[in-house]
Amino acid sequence: MNYHWNWGILLEPSPDGQGTYLNMLLGGLRWTVLTSLAAWAVALVFGSLVGVMRTLPSWIAVHLGGAYIELFRNIPLLVQLFLWFFVIPELLPHDWGVWVKHLRYGAFYTAVVAIGLYMSARVATQVSAGINALPKGQSMAGTAIGLTPAQTYRYILLPMAYRIVLPPLTSEFLNTIKNTSVALTIGLMELTGAARSMQEFSFHVFEAFTAATVIYLALNAVVTIGMRALERALAVPGFNAAR
Amino acid sequence: MRMTRIIVAGCLAAAFAVPAAAQELTGTLKKIKDTGTITIGYRESSVPFSYLDDNQKPVGFAMDICAAIVAAVKGNLKLDKLEVKYNPVTSATRIPLIANGTVDLECGSTTNNVERQKQVSFTNTHFLTASRFVSKKASNIKSIADLAGKTVVSTSGTTNIRQVTEVNAAKGLNINILPAKDHAEAFLMVETDRAVAFVMDDILLASLVAGSKDPKAYVISDDAFSLPEPYGIMLRREDAPFKAVADGATAALYKSPEIVTLYAKWFQSPIPPKNLNLDVPLGAPLKKAFANPTDSGDPAAY
Repeated sequence: MNYHWNWGILLEPSPDGQGTYLNMLLGGLRWTVLTSLAAWAVALVFGSLVGVMRTLPSWIAVHLGGAYIELFRNIPLLVQLFLWFFVIPELLPHDWGVWVKHLRYGAFYTAVVAIGLYMSARVATQVSAGINALPKGQSMAGTAIGLTPAQTYRYILLPMAYRIVLPPLTSEFLNTIKNTSVALTIGLMELTGAARSMQEFSFHVFEAFTAATVIYLALNAVVTIGMRALERALAVPGFNAAR
Repeated sequence: MRMTRIIVAGCLAAAFAVPAAAQELTGTLKKIKDTGTITIGYRESSVPFSYLDDNQKPVGFAMDICAAIVAAVKGNLKLDKLEVKYNPVTSATRIPLIANGTVDLECGSTTNNVERQKQVSFTNTHFLTASRFVSKKASNIKSIADLAGKTVVSTSGTTNIRQVTEVNAAKGLNINILPAKDHAEAFLMVETDRAVAFVMDDILLASLVAGSKDPKAYVISDDAFSLPEPYGIMLRREDAPFKAVADGATAALYKSPEIVTLYAKWFQSPIPPKNLNLDVPLGAPLKKAFANPTDSGDPAAY
């Protein structure tokens, strides 16, 4: 292959005036981490709410939750991102639309909302699966000792359900991190976007994407190790599913 | 298919029999001779340089120039038949595909600059374009200074976004610079008022405006962020024999009156697929670059 390898390119100054190309990639990493954490928070909150709704004794709640999951799970993430970024502001009243469009970090907020809600559908199915995995007797016991449904969920069902679904939630968190790369299409300079722009400035495409790959691997390894530690720390002695 | 193979084999045999071709071939020319094919990389939407027409066939100004190079290669190798393959490339795939030998010539709107020449070679410049901006007439923006404090979009990873960044820092304009994934999306941001202006090569802006829903609503600035920069057809670096053929073919074409006709065909008459006329006259610097063909990546040379 006729390619001029030069790993030193990472330490050469980049034309965007923010230091070296490596700085540019690390700047991208910062956006990737911020977007993933914020989107994951959105996913956990909405996912838990909808997941719980799916297990309530109310017919309406179950179907509303189901509709939510189908809506966000069945539309490709990229399409959702474009809908949030280009279509929703047009549907708002004119002044609000203009305000949304001129937000300073519009691409970041849009990415957090879009990726967060997309992932929340997946979190919701995990959470309701975790609750359904518990023996029926647990919620009955809650009722028997006089707890309200809210208290039953808070003190009996959810603590165990979250422990059961912690391993699949780790995968979902990793997916959230990887999905942030889609945000480059609306102008967020996250890690993949930074690597792309580095290769277009320098024409050193393999160095740029190899470096980005290594950074992604390292980031996800940190998350995996962290989540394992969390699983161990939260394990309840004698409770099988948490091991 | 069998027939093709027989013809190609025949051509190769005939070519080897000619004493003049006894000189050892290397690099791309050897590859073309051995395989009987040349692969051209095209862009899907770089109007009017290289794009797909309504029959999904790659056409454009740069494609016509590449056809001249292909003819020269065919003559140089004394081939009776040379199969031309077309391979789509994007800004992200063009370098790896050139480097690994998938594509032999990249015919599009790639800016030739000194930094890029460390990685690839360019043949003689086929166009010059400066970095300008398009805005809605309604927003009444006349100069670069009018952009102060506003949101401006450009395509990520282009030389253009780099120039806005530099001008913004140098003049302290406090412009909010938004990177977009590609030209179409950047233009959409101006169309939907997410940004007041889109900074890009003026020729690409002209084609985006011509193809928009309401071409009269937009205006391209007189102010430019840069000197005109050269576009070149890209080929593998350190392949002097192939570059010599390509340079020879393009120089001959640019010096002949044919280039004026070719220019008029793509820039001053209706072009497919929508029969738009970009109406961009042939400027003096480009005329000069055609009269004295050069592959220099330095804007000051034009």
